[in-house]
Amino acid sequence: MEHDWKIVQQSSDLGEGKVSDRTKAPSWRIAPKVSGCSSGTDGLIAEIEKKITEAFEVFDRESNKTVDGREIGCIIRSLGCFPNEAEVQELLAKIEEPDGFVHLENFLRVMTEVLLDRRFQPIPEDVILHAFEALDENKCGYITKEDLVKHLTEEGERFTQEEMEDMLVVALDPETNTLHYRDYRTKLVVDETKTFPFNV
Amino acid sequence: MGSGSSVNVNYKYSLQKSENAFKAAVLIQQWYRRHVARLEMRRRCTWRIFQSIEYSCEQDQIKLHNFFSYLMDQFTPSSSKERDFISRMFISGESYKEAELEKYCDYESIEVPDSYTGPHLSFPLLPDHATALLEAFQQKQQLHARYVLNLLHETRKHLKQLPNISHVSTCYSEEVTVCGDLHGQLDDLFLIFYKNGLPSPSKSYVFNGDFVDRGKQSLEILVILFTFLLIYPKEVHLNRGNHEDHMVNLRYGFTKEVMQKYKVHGKKILRMFQNVFCWLPLATLIDQKVLIIHGGISDTTDLEMLEKIQRDKFISVLRLKKRKESSRKPQIEAVNGESEAGTDAAGNEAAPRLSLQPQSAQAPNTANRLEFSRWLRQTVQEQIDTCRRLMDISESEPEELTYSSVVSLKDVDEPCWTRQEEWKQVLDILWSDPMPQEGCRENKVRGGGCYFGPDVTEKFLDKYSLQFLIRSHECKQEGYEFCHNRKVLTIFSASNYYEIGSNRGAYVKLGPDLIPHFVQYQANKTAHMLTMTQRISRVEESAFRALREKLFAHTSALITAFRSYDGDNTGKITLSNWATAVESVLRLGLPWRMLRPQLVRSTEDGMLEYKSWLDDLAMEQRSQEHIQSSLLEVIYRNRSNLETIFRIIDRDHSGLISFEEFQQTWKLFSSHMNIELTDDGINDLVRSIDFNKDGNIDFNEFLEAFRLVKQRPS
Repeated sequence: MEHDWKIVQQSSDLGEGKVSDRTKAPSWRIAPKVSGCSSGTDGLIAEIEKKITEAFEVFDRESNKTVDGREIGCIIRSLGCFPNEAEVQELLAKIEEPDGFVHLENFLRVMTEVLLDRRFQPIPEDVILHAFEALDENKCGYITKEDLVKHLTEEGERFTQEEMEDMLVVALDPETNTLHYRDYRTKLVVDETKTFPFNV
Repeated sequence: MGSGSSVNVNYKYSLQKSENAFKAAVLIQQWYRRHVARLEMRRRCTWRIFQSIEYSCEQDQIKLHNFFSYLMDQFTPSSSKERDFISRMFISGESYKEAELEKYCDYESIEVPDSYTGPHLSFPLLPDHATALLEAFQQKQQLHARYVLNLLHETRKHLKQLPNISHVSTCYSEEVTVCGDLHGQLDDLFLIFYKNGLPSPSKSYVFNGDFVDRGKQSLEILVILFTFLLIYPKEVHLNRGNHEDHMVNLRYGFTKEVMQKYKVHGKKILRMFQNVFCWLPLATLIDQKVLIIHGGISDTTDLEMLEKIQRDKFISVLRLKKRKESSRKPQIEAVNGESEAGTDAAGNEAAPRLSLQPQSAQAPNTANRLEFSRWLRQTVQEQIDTCRRLMDISESEPEELTYSSVVSLKDVDEPCWTRQEEWKQVLDILWSDPMPQEGCRENKVRGGGCYFGPDVTEKFLDKYSLQFLIRSHECKQEGYEFCHNRKVLTIFSASNYYEIGSNRGAYVKLGPDLIPHFVQYQANKTAHMLTMTQRISRVEESAFRALREKLFAHTSALITAFRSYDGDNTGKITLSNWATAVESVLRLGLPWRMLRPQLVRSTEDGMLEYKSWLDDLAMEQRSQEHIQSSLLEVIYRNRSNLETIFRIIDRDHSGLISFEEFQQTWKLFSSHMNIELTDDGINDLVRSIDFNKDGNIDFNEFLEAFRLVKQRPS
């Protein structure tokens, strides 16, 4: 798995748009337009921390400021980030306790930086479109179930059986057993913007 | 040149193609996983919303207590009508000896007409009767009132013979199946029977309480369970839940269901149920190793005491009022005479009473306000005392002496518990919840029972050499959940409890090895066909509707809170302050920042115009524009309590109260809540309701008119 994600990061042949090198932090910080804050950046950081804490606590089963490390990916993603699995693991490695749990204070520290640095930016729609097109050998606008399953469960950061099945349920057109990726992508994008338009 | 280089080109091309495909796969996976993570977050947030609203509902009970205290302590009735009205709220009327119960709730005189096509029951019951009932209920038929009452009488007779703690052994039947809360959801019971088989000599069942309320088929569930109980007494075991309690039923729907289904005999049936619920065993013990109780335990739970108390004393375990703090000593001192029921807040002395026999509903017919107040306080005082000892006096058997005299008659060797202590044992068993932190503290959210920690569990299991506890009482997304190092198992059998798709139900099977095996299910075909996204969206919609209603119900408080962040009076606040303000008012402990996009649609530069946001919320409610909005707010906020009060006033359970009673209730309530309400205001309110007949108000209609949240389809 060592070779893949680095390639993705550096390449830009999968589409125009903001697929920049996502490991570099922008040198500027956002000036908040919020009133009632003691100082601009402090207010922003406080707000970020509150958001992170909220998301964390949703997964904090025992209300003791710890979550199972396996849910960290979920939390990070619901805060608006698009890390891949390797990036999640890298983050996790920094904060995971020996018993597999993560404490809020550690998560807060690491995640605040991530958000301030605007890491793991969203994948632009056109980039995803091109990704699907890359799997569509004949350029016919759809991918067969078999091809989809093969690519997603055998390549990249492989899907588990469960993940694959879950995706197929929604994504496949039941009559033709194919994925019409333009429609699918639009559908998911619309869903997204309805609920958690993340903004700092 | 030549074929070599073209091979190279081909090779390079296919290499690049597969590299591209690989990268593409990574991107798609990454993108998809983000989508799934968001769904998961939405799902959990929705869950949180439902839970917090459910528990905050239970706090309404506390508000009701406060209202009654207010009535007792501060309100002086200004007319004889008002006096009568209040006294009716506090005085229960009737006593029921065994013989009277038989007479009042008699069924033999009820004729079953030839036109009745439902099942006929004869006693002793046989397996065929059970099958007939199951089929009948599947076809939405109704069991005739006569058979219901007959069944209840027989059930009561049977239950009276049972000990407080049932004992089950896995050596007789191979496995025991334990089911949790059903809450009137008959489809779930059918599903359990379908998947697991009907109760039989080779199939034992334990049903762990909360058979009724919320769902619409509580009656059918009880009929089925009681039938199986009588047919297979050794194999079927029922535990009492906190909803097997008529005070709770008033609020949560069982009372209403019975009265709607049995318009003529409903009241009798309800009375019988009260007298059956109190005889349900409190716990079940499997192989002396696994204890099954509905709620939980506390650090004072004492199985020996539980085994010995007279469980039927506790018709309802809910207190009517929380006593003001005073130096009251425990009940045991009441032996020396009830003179402790002496001075109340106004310093008036109540006449000592030696018996706790019910008072007849006769208010002193005097225009003297002071006299009346004093009398009212005395009577109410007694009522409170008896309620505090948790004995619903109207149901007592008169040959039983008052507790105080019982104590003085018993042998010195016999354990002498106070009624207070007994009551606490029962309350804790039925209402407690486990918590992750150590210790044991009062369960303020529910208003009864405790939160008990893993150390309490450990100690308890140790003391009685038990392996683990099984309890219900809390809805779990997967239908079951372990906690306290797998020493406490929660099992919940009502699927789709909050909304279709909200959660699974489950039951657990235990063999002689006492290793739990779970079976989960979801009783709704639609739920299966929906995709995960659709399911989540649907439940989410429902949750947010409920949440928006809550927000609306606190409009005034929210405006005040928002204004405190808007010093310059711009009409706008930041979203961050919005979140803080909302939590400070609603106190639901919800992740407001995560929920915000669903609640606040439009912002400018990250600022919210709060007044127009609140107006939008108000617009969502139904056609009640001509009622002043602050009034509307109060109704929404207190709807659950208003309903309970109406039901208490509506003694004959007809669903109707007179216009005057309605006005009275309203006036009392609004003075307690400090609302300015002109007569015009009340008239407006009334005009918005249909008058049924002779100046009576169907309060069901009234409450329906102010219901934002869609009823769950039955």
